[in-house]
Amino acid sequence: MKLILSEEQQFLKDTAQSFARDKTPTNHFRKLRDDGNAKCWDDSIWQEMVQLGWSGILVPEEFGGSDFGIAGISVIMQELGKTLTPSPLLATSVLGVSTIKLLGSDDQKTTFLPKIVSGEATTALAVDEGNHHNPFEIEATATLEEDKWILNGQKVFVIDGASADLILIVARTSGKKGESNGLSVFIADKNSMGLEISQISTADCRNYANIGMSNLTLNADALLGEVDIAGEIIEQVLDLGRIAMASEMLGNTEEAFEITVSYLKERKQFGVLIGSFQALQHRAAKMFCEIELTKSAVLAAMHAADENSNELERLSSLAKFQAGETLHLVSNEAIQMHGGIGVTDEYDIGFYLKRARVAEQIFGTSEYHQARYADISGF
Amino acid sequence: MSDLEVFRKEVSEWLEENCPPSMRTPLVPEEEVWGGRNAQYVNPESKLWLERMGEKGWTAPNLPTEYGGGGLDRDQTKVLHQELYKIKARPALNSFGIWMLAPCIIEFGSEEQKREHLPKIIKGEIRWCQGYSEPGSGSDLASLSTKAEDMGDHYLVNGQKVWTSYADMADWIFALVRTGPQEPKHSGISFLLIDMASEGVSTKPITLISGKSPFCETFFDDVKAPKENLVGVENSGWTIAKKLLQHERNFISNFGLAGGGTGSGADVVSIAKKYLGEDNGKIAHPSHRDNITLHKMKEHAFGLTLQRSGDEGGKASAASSMFKYYGTEHNKDRYELMISSMGNKGLGWSEQGFSDDEQAITKAWLRTKANSIEGGTSEVQLNVISRRVLDLPS
Repeated sequence: MKLILSEEQQFLKDTAQSFARDKTPTNHFRKLRDDGNAKCWDDSIWQEMVQLGWSGILVPEEFGGSDFGIAGISVIMQELGKTLTPSPLLATSVLGVSTIKLLGSDDQKTTFLPKIVSGEATTALAVDEGNHHNPFEIEATATLEEDKWILNGQKVFVIDGASADLILIVARTSGKKGESNGLSVFIADKNSMGLEISQISTADCRNYANIGMSNLTLNADALLGEVDIAGEIIEQVLDLGRIAMASEMLGNTEEAFEITVSYLKERKQFGVLIGSFQALQHRAAKMFCEIELTKSAVLAAMHAADENSNELERLSSLAKFQAGETLHLVSNEAIQMHGGIGVTDEYDIGFYLKRARVAEQIFGTSEYHQARYADISGF
Repeated sequence: MSDLEVFRKEVSEWLEENCPPSMRTPLVPEEEVWGGRNAQYVNPESKLWLERMGEKGWTAPNLPTEYGGGGLDRDQTKVLHQELYKIKARPALNSFGIWMLAPCIIEFGSEEQKREHLPKIIKGEIRWCQGYSEPGSGSDLASLSTKAEDMGDHYLVNGQKVWTSYADMADWIFALVRTGPQEPKHSGISFLLIDMASEGVSTKPITLISGKSPFCETFFDDVKAPKENLVGVENSGWTIAKKLLQHERNFISNFGLAGGGTGSGADVVSIAKKYLGEDNGKIAHPSHRDNITLHKMKEHAFGLTLQRSGDEGGKASAASSMFKYYGTEHNKDRYELMISSMGNKGLGWSEQGFSDDEQAITKAWLRTKANSIEGGTSEVQLNVISRRVLDLPS
């Protein structure tokens, strides 16, 4: 495994960089926020991404995708992360696609994957039920009555839950809360009876919902693949999501750092540029080191995923951990080094801080992944 | 089979035949090999191992064969290291000559210098030391004042160096000397090779807080160094000096990896399990376990970064500053975690009450404190990153 990008991946990265610079600079996000856009992403921009093939990067060619792998989509998310570009890429093209691809029957793949590739359908994956990410702490139930599945329970903090056409729901078909056995995934239309979707308002101004199921009744074919055995696959899907998320967070970090270093080179106090102060220089240099470590951890994790390495879990946790720690540090330092202007809404740097804390929570905080890494490593 | 796989097979067969049995056991400090005119071999197999590896040029695998090196490319070198690692082979030779000087002689030296010095370095016949720091010139290295006066066919050297690693055992020294006292400080420095057997050279060991004396003071009192021992052009030694520091920093960076560089070779996780106990196979104490996990995760990411730098072709001089900074700080952290996991067993000074391994860890902990000072302090590395990478104003 070489820790560099292939030509193909570099090309996708360059394309995404131009896209973000030309079509979705940070102002694009500001406008979505100011307009109170409920989806928190722009339809026409999403259709342009679809045209570029980004919706189908993880979709096998037989279903209309390009099968470019997690590295392909991650480098795009990294570039979009630099300008805080919101899009359904994570919830639909990483989580939705992977869940259907890894779990679904051939019929289900044929039904859903081409619709995702064409931009006709977006998805959301409903896993968590508590205040903290924990994919096995699931109480929501699904029981088979006659030939219908009846779902009951409560999901929280579902990414893109407020807009997705299809909701993928992880529910317990056997076993106890905390167990990875006995989990199954169901696919439900957003307008299904018994599905109550309530958008929540978060600091990063993105699209999340809490989703209640009260006697949500689904046809037998709403079960993705087989019953009871989704636990391991969900963990694998989440690992891919963690890597893509870590990559986006790396993009957030790189840009917040870039903006800050530029500011150090233009802001004068006491008659000199503040970037000449060693107190700031050394903090900037330390951030640089952490960013370099993050780049390596993210690269290693995305390649491990694409090569089906048995190190995937450990490297995915390392990437999400390192990306979270670094973004946390850089988002705080960015505000502090900007001084007063850093805490104004008018200036973009605050957006990075608000996005940072939400991103850190998604699919597990640094603490979560530190604990997971320790267990996997046998410490 | 690819060429590289054929090569791997050859290497593996050669090692099987030529690496003596005792050279595949864990290294004991007394048996470390540094070569040189006065080398002592406690274990005769270490001498044999050095001779065989030196003959192949594999003590310096990537240096050209015409000067006695192995002539291997990057991938082949990696294969050699992997195969050595596989049989747990001890390093055949530790050498400042190989780690620091040889790449600079290749880049800046004359043909005569290459032919004279490189083969002896590679075979471990001559042991080198580094004459950089002076009592008044630490972080501000370019202010050095050891002077070399032009006397026609030789330079007359007078002055003092400090922190010269193993000067008392070295045969030659590569030294920075001032040849242009009237020039601005960076422009009056030359890079000079001096035989330590010359009249007027003397050394005096410095005892460190660890109780050991790896460093010396080195004195030059009217020492005559022939003109042909000047590397590169007179007064342009600072360029060579900086390049050599990069090689040095790259080398020291490996301290950031478990088992890399100096130290006891002990693993922090096994130490913690041994001295804190295990609970279902886990380090029994949760806070210690958290601290160690954090450390290991940083180490993992750091190791991946060293790998990435290599995969990218090892460009960027500033990268060596980052690696030097991070690697040495990380190594200090490792030994702090180690002695803290050991509790009162991590505090031993001599054999009364402490095993050899325990004392070795305590001594190694003290030794690591110099890691972030030698080869340019952590603060100097952060300055380099600020100025050269981030382009922040001075």
